[in-house]
Amino acid sequence: MERNDKMKTVYLDNNATTSIKPEVVEAMMPYLTDIWGNASSVFYEVGQKAEAELIKLRESVAKNIGAKNANEIYFTSSGCEADNWAIKGYAFANKRKGNHIITTKIEHHAILGTCEFLEKHGFNVTYLDVDEAGIVTPEAVEAAITDDTILISVMMANNEIGTIEPIKEIAEVAKKHKIAFHTDAVQAIGHVRVDVTDLGVDMLSISAHKFHGPKGVGMLYIKNGTRIDNLIHGGGQERGKRAATENLAGIAGLAKALDIAVSDIDKNMAHMQKMRDRLINGIRERIDYIKLNGPTDERRLCNNVNFSYEFVEGEAILMRLNMKGICASSGSACASGSLDPSHVLLAIGVPHEIAHGSIRFSVSEDTTEEEVDYVLETMPKIIDGLRAMSPMFEAFEEGKLESFTKKV
Amino acid sequence: MYSEKVMDHFENPRNVGKLEDANAVGEVGNATCGDIMKIYMKIENGIIEDVSFKTFGCGAAIATSSMATELVKGKTVEEALQLTNKAVMEALDGLPPAKVHCSVLAEQAIHAALKDYSEKTGIDLGLPESVHEFDCASFHKSMNEENKK
Ligand SMILES: Cc1ncc(COP(=O)(O)O)c(C=O)c1O
Repeated sequence: MERNDKMKTVYLDNNATTSIKPEVVEAMMPYLTDIWGNASSVFYEVGQKAEAELIKLRESVAKNIGAKNANEIYFTSSGCEADNWAIKGYAFANKRKGNHIITTKIEHHAILGTCEFLEKHGFNVTYLDVDEAGIVTPEAVEAAITDDTILISVMMANNEIGTIEPIKEIAEVAKKHKIAFHTDAVQAIGHVRVDVTDLGVDMLSISAHKFHGPKGVGMLYIKNGTRIDNLIHGGGQERGKRAATENLAGIAGLAKALDIAVSDIDKNMAHMQKMRDRLINGIRERIDYIKLNGPTDERRLCNNVNFSYEFVEGEAILMRLNMKGICASSGSACASGSLDPSHVLLAIGVPHEIAHGSIRFSVSEDTTEEEVDYVLETMPKIIDGLRAMSPMFEAFEEGKLESFTKKV
Repeated sequence: MYSEKVMDHFENPRNVGKLEDANAVGEVGNATCGDIMKIYMKIENGIIEDVSFKTFGCGAAIATSSMATELVKGKTVEEALQLTNKAVMEALDGLPPAKVHCSVLAEQAIHAALKDYSEKTGIDLGLPESVHEFDCASFHKSMNEENKK
């Protein structure tokens, strides 16, 4: 059972991060070597060259997310920074208009942590409930609006259970009430078409490492006319909105990865969906007492598989998977390093007991059928093995404990 | 994150499964918190002749259960009563801070089985009343408060 070093790694944790594409590395290299100037130092050629490149990269990103103007693109250090900036920056700049923010219970911690911080600084936050598929309805958003509401933030796609939210409809509600709307599209890029103009959003966050770009670079789209305070004060970069000498190599990596993700989206989506469904159907055929977390229809991200396995715990499953060279993630308390299971699973009504036994597999365009079949062959043995040593499974077999899920 | 010993006991757990001729059984923890440990013992003439476990929980929960059974196997009931979570941790070359509670649970599970033995046989082991009342909900609450500091 020991992990054999020659063993192939099957990476199925693409909602956590993705591998960087060689073309992306290649696109970044010139900015780490020849074009090393400071894009703000425009009185000599070295800097001018960097500035000219930055303009081109910004235009490319604008085009690929459907922004009308390149000056609506603001590069950041991460998805977390983009989310923090959107929420704090908008809240502080508009606090005279009101102090109420609406978001959901299933947001990434980048949003939830920011909102909790704002609650300590005089803002009120409504965390909307979701249904069992993780959906937030436009009606629920509208019902939560008060005279004090200034900002609504709902993620475009959930990182744990893959729910795709009705962003366009929610943006319409926000517009009708003249409230700013932000969406965290970090998991959407490369998996769902993202066009800020068509969606009608005021702000949108992305992060390069989720679509085969480098880590440590993100972007916040801020529609012209949206008032927002700085998160990072200092120099005049990003039109005075975000100080810090631009990370040109990172930005070039983001721009290139986005370009590839957008051009290949149809082909990639079709492939990922095939791999996802092969996993979902295969697991259902092979393992009893499980529950698929998240939507079962077209509202599910093309790359996300999240099941709860009754009577076993997620971290133990992850460790057994690792012994077989398979990388995945879990919403169990132990795996997250916290003491409660995933807030997303609890929000969709999964009881603690089976939230602890959840495993997420997330595929990419590089995932092969062989890899999926290897997981399908391995996973039942792992679950059977852990159930054989589970006192809960023993109690269930002796009729002393009920199953939450029905035998499939 | 885990020591080699922990990994070894996770990958090759010792004494795992139900002991059919057990005469003492203890169970602690609850599913809501994510760990349940059940210990089976066959005690004869005050000696733990055989011991096994079943555990629902993370890697550390499985490894600490496995190690705890190893530490009490062949020991007298009195010796087993002296088992502490610290001893389990030391035998495993340590645990990450977030997993220390697993070793506490392992200690409690051993004590719970001994309590069951004491109740069934009427042999007074001088066990405190609260021995298997590991309150995981309040433990989690205090850990969360600790983390917030
Ligand atoms: C939905 C969502 N938002 C934000 C982030 C944070 O992005 P980053 O890792 O670039 O800070 C992530 C990634 O973990 C995410 O999945």
